[in-house]
Amino acid sequence: MLIGGVLVITRKNPVHSALALIVTLLAQASIYLMLYAPFVAGVQIILYAGGIMVLFLFVIMLVSIERSQRERQFNKQWVVGMVAATALGGLFIAVYTKGRGIFPEHSLPAVEAQNTQNVGTLLYGQYMFAFEIASLLLLVAIIGAVVMAKKRI
Amino acid sequence: MLDYIKSYLTSNLTPGSAGNMFWAFVYIVVIFLGLSVAVIAMNWLERKILAHMQVRLGPMRVGPHGLLQPIADAIKLLLKEDIMPAEADGFVFWMAPIFVVLAAFTVFIVVPFGPTHAVTDMNIGVLFMLGVSSLSALGIVMAGWASNSHYPLIGALRSSAQMVSYEIAMGMAVISAVMMTSLNQQGTGTLSMIGIVQAQQAQGIWFIFKFFPLGLIAFFIFAVAMVAETNRAPFDLPEAESELTAGFHTEYSGFRWSLFFLAEYSAMIAVSSIAVTLWLGGWLRPFPNLLTGAKWDLFFFLFPGITFLFLAGMCFYSTVRMPKHPLFRIQTIGLAGFGVALGLIGLILFIPAVRERVQDIYWFSMKVAAFMYLYIWYRGTFPRYRFDQLMKVGWKILLPMGLGVLILTAGVGLWPLIQQTIWNR
Repeated sequence: MLIGGVLVITRKNPVHSALALIVTLLAQASIYLMLYAPFVAGVQIILYAGGIMVLFLFVIMLVSIERSQRERQFNKQWVVGMVAATALGGLFIAVYTKGRGIFPEHSLPAVEAQNTQNVGTLLYGQYMFAFEIASLLLLVAIIGAVVMAKKRI
Repeated sequence: MLDYIKSYLTSNLTPGSAGNMFWAFVYIVVIFLGLSVAVIAMNWLERKILAHMQVRLGPMRVGPHGLLQPIADAIKLLLKEDIMPAEADGFVFWMAPIFVVLAAFTVFIVVPFGPTHAVTDMNIGVLFMLGVSSLSALGIVMAGWASNSHYPLIGALRSSAQMVSYEIAMGMAVISAVMMTSLNQQGTGTLSMIGIVQAQQAQGIWFIFKFFPLGLIAFFIFAVAMVAETNRAPFDLPEAESELTAGFHTEYSGFRWSLFFLAEYSAMIAVSSIAVTLWLGGWLRPFPNLLTGAKWDLFFFLFPGITFLFLAGMCFYSTVRMPKHPLFRIQTIGLAGFGVALGLIGLILFIPAVRERVQDIYWFSMKVAAFMYLYIWYRGTFPRYRFDQLMKVGWKILLPMGLGVLILTAGVGLWPLIQQTIWNR
């Protein structure tokens, strides 16, 4: 996953970056599997790697690549970037070494067979309101995209 | 070591679930070989059946009745020059066929040929199959782009737009079938492929006939969407020979093209096995609960042997009808030998110990073979859809139908519960 992530940001060719992103997303799905969440892993592969990345690649291919590759790549803010990245890395290390008390001691690995059922029960039971709001948000996004893309309403 | 190998033989789990790596490897090798044989057979069958539907004969020269034609094709493809366009992106051009083949073959891990005859039984079997087969759309986009030429790019973009659109209709149909598995005592369904077939066995009905006509409509939606998903006629505009000069795999030659070909037929078999598992009862023989008893069991047990003996009979009949010219002598002998081999396999399948174990695999393979015949039949019958008609069918017709079937299946399935809640308040 780390290799995929690094490749995403260092490749000059945007299609290569998109392919590295696909590798990263597949690695993320396997991390979900290791956390005993097979349903989330499966949905990640279907939606993210198989749906969203295809649309990414559409857009990348429809935009001319040679012109953007010939432009001079510049990065004038690398000092600030390095400071921010070091600060974030320091924060992670501090939390991991000193803040062990925040995380639960030994969380029981959830029974893998029940992941789908548990997600379904929680999503449609306890978090029903959040589910409906999220679908409303997606509807608004779809309508916005259609309005922007139509020639005349 | 030997105990490790033998310890699996008495368990009733799939090798993956039992954690036995040796037998899982054996199953993988067997499935891989079987799939290769199936693709070769599909090549010959497609050319022959299309030809007979178009009132011509098909390949007749290479072997007796063209039986060695797939082998000749394979040798030709292996020996062809491997061309890469000059401006093509080397790494992506090389990776694309590999990616598509990987996506097409990985789904066979969860395909259930029997209650224990799968490589493994994941809890999310159906989800895994849908997800990994959607990765082949990515491989096609990569192939079209890496060729650095107009026709493959247009073909690749059209093909992936089509695949993404029809995945949604497929998902709706799959969900309504999976919902039917939850009509049991605990009220929880299952996404595992083996669990779905066992739910059909427990409920005593194939899901295609359940809640008539909802199961049938869901099956119909899936059947149309799966033909579109694999870019086959009548949805094969992305690789139409007359319009796009072979679409996204124009620039691929020789072995790389054969990888695309292999992946296409494997994907066809994979989505057919999803359809067979979800609606047609997987490995269950016809009428498992209606016609029970030892006599009916015996009747259905004889089917594998009878099938092979029938094929052997057809071989002998064609042998007799071969031209009596000395140049045809080798072909006649070859055909007779093939017939004898098929007859021997048929006779072996009559032995009681063998015929009971072969039942599950046989019925599953027969149902998938029926789907393959349907694929070839569609190709010979329907004219091609124009691309805007194709997208209209996917979004404006199949998707609302899928939503309707989903809601109605949920309603009809929960009807006893709804009745109880309303009338017993």
